[in-house]
Amino acid sequence: MPKTLAEKVYDAHVVRSTAGEPDLLYIDLHLVHEVTSPQAFDGLRAAGRTVRRPDLTMATEDHNVPTLDILAPIADPVSRAQVDALRRNAAEFGIRLAPMGDRDQGIVHVIGPQLGLTQPGMTIVCGDSHTSTHGAFGALAFGIGTSEVEHVLATQTLPQYRPKQMAVTVDGELPPGVSAKDVILAVIAQIGTGGGQGYVIEYRGSAIEKLSMESRMTICNMSIEAGAKAGLIAPDQTTFDYLQGRPHAPQGADWDAAVEYWSTLRTDEGAVFDHEVHIDAASLTPFVTWGTNPGQGLPIAGRVPDPADYANEDERRDVEGALAYMGLTPGTPLREVAVDTVFLGSCTNGRIEDLRVAAELLKGRRIDANTRMLVVPGSVAVKAQAEAEGLDRVFLDAGAEWRGAGCSMCLGMNPDQLAPGERSASTSNRNFQGRQGKGGRTHLVSPAVAAATALTGHLAAPADLASVDA
Amino acid sequence: MDAFTTHTGTAAPLRRSNVDTDQIIPAEYLKRITRTGFEDGLFIAWRTNEPDFVLNQPQYADASILVAGPDFGTGSSREHANWALLDGGFRVVISSRFADIFRNNSTKAGLLTVILPQDQVEALWNAIEADPALPVTVDLRAKAVSYGDTTVPFEIDDYVRWRLLEGLDDVGLTERHLDDIQSYEATRPAWKPKALPALPA
Repeated sequence: MPKTLAEKVYDAHVVRSTAGEPDLLYIDLHLVHEVTSPQAFDGLRAAGRTVRRPDLTMATEDHNVPTLDILAPIADPVSRAQVDALRRNAAEFGIRLAPMGDRDQGIVHVIGPQLGLTQPGMTIVCGDSHTSTHGAFGALAFGIGTSEVEHVLATQTLPQYRPKQMAVTVDGELPPGVSAKDVILAVIAQIGTGGGQGYVIEYRGSAIEKLSMESRMTICNMSIEAGAKAGLIAPDQTTFDYLQGRPHAPQGADWDAAVEYWSTLRTDEGAVFDHEVHIDAASLTPFVTWGTNPGQGLPIAGRVPDPADYANEDERRDVEGALAYMGLTPGTPLREVAVDTVFLGSCTNGRIEDLRVAAELLKGRRIDANTRMLVVPGSVAVKAQAEAEGLDRVFLDAGAEWRGAGCSMCLGMNPDQLAPGERSASTSNRNFQGRQGKGGRTHLVSPAVAAATALTGHLAAPADLASVDA
Repeated sequence: MDAFTTHTGTAAPLRRSNVDTDQIIPAEYLKRITRTGFEDGLFIAWRTNEPDFVLNQPQYADASILVAGPDFGTGSSREHANWALLDGGFRVVISSRFADIFRNNSTKAGLLTVILPQDQVEALWNAIEADPALPVTVDLRAKAVSYGDTTVPFEIDDYVRWRLLEGLDDVGLTERHLDDIQSYEATRPAWKPKALPALPA
């Protein structure tokens, strides 16, 4: 029977399948960070259990990590205690840890791919919803809660139910200035924050095939924002080229065997998806969110919506609530929304390609006098690469701040936060109320829109910069 | 995890959709390394900033059943959201749609999530707003929500229901199948990556 890519990966990991029970699925890689793991390790200790496969487990420090003075002890005692707990747990249970200051440290979803630990056909979990990022390699990767983290630590498996299958096909050419971030924001606006519930989404079509691995990661990363369990993309030559030579990629005869297997990881002709969505790449434009969930987005040429246009009372109330929180007036052109802070970074858009795109626009220009811009590389390695390319100088010369690696202002568990009422254009993944700091107002954007916004001081597309220079 | 068989209590109407886990408990509360004591962070922004927020209203202060709009629990995978609801005195959340990870975490933490059609959620909202002291019973054995003269059946996976009724811990259940796990491990290709040992630069 023809199978989808996700079904092939799922089936290859079934340890046990019995009618009336969830399947037991083997986990190839378990990524761990400091926030969602301490209670899981405590659970192991309380039950006298060990970590079954420390060799398939990797930990890093990312959420609490300051991006300034990164070699000093963390000033916030609660954050420091959490990071210290991870260090103790990693040492006690024999897990490799990339701590602050380590060359391999970074956002957990940036370091897995960069080390070559993320490979096609794997099952990958982490106590973090953006684990879907790793699906860009054709892996079945999804976020789990702390009880499941404990379960994977103890057994290297998870009880799972077979997910439904959705295809999001993006065909055609993306217009200039339109990126992977715009694609996924448009997908979420179309299917809604609950549209993917119960599904694994396979992104396919000619526009997806042309994307780099970094861009594919951006798309898969935000699958969770559409409510999906995971998102993935079939591995191809782009995938293999990215992986070859990375520290944990197979070598020699192993590489050949791996590529032979990986090449089978495509949805079969005739495989059936439970739901299909088609998007014409040529119709897309830079996208920004106006509200307080990632589905509340529009093309940048749009205007702030009017609650009166919503017939459904619940929807109207939600839009009213979102606009009140965001401090926006219905009918305002999105381009006229002034922004205080621009955040470039996160597991969505903190990779080298994202920094290059922004730097290209910032080069030789100065950011708006009333706007601050934080540039936070996704990992120590991304930071080093950017500095080798001189991107740090471009950001600094433009008036932006060049910071250390971590999750940073995506969720403000470190000191990088918005003040109440402060408005950001952010390349991160969530515009939830208070996400970037209490009372902070977030507009989700691509790296190119982030750079254009920093230069103009209001939401802007790269194409708008011609008028700035004139 | 505590077993869940049936629960009777009063209910609070949370007439909002897309209640994300950042609203249920913000990230700053996630720095703790304990598994209990998260009630102080539960809906803290709304409790602080909105005097009329449903959980600020005295008639709902003792509610143990939360009745929410669609797409409850979206966003982050933080199980702290489930813990915060339990710590805040809730045993059941009713909604027409839940985010997958939140719902899954609930089954591990012992918080019952009940899916009812939106028109039934609406009817329940109206009933509890008319009488906030109205007892609502959620019976997992009978798979039914009842209040006043109304009884509404709900669906739940049989296996999940059994685990909740028995209060069973998943790890212990999986450990019964260690033989299967070992057999599977023997078939894994040797080239699959290992995180250990750390490789030289």
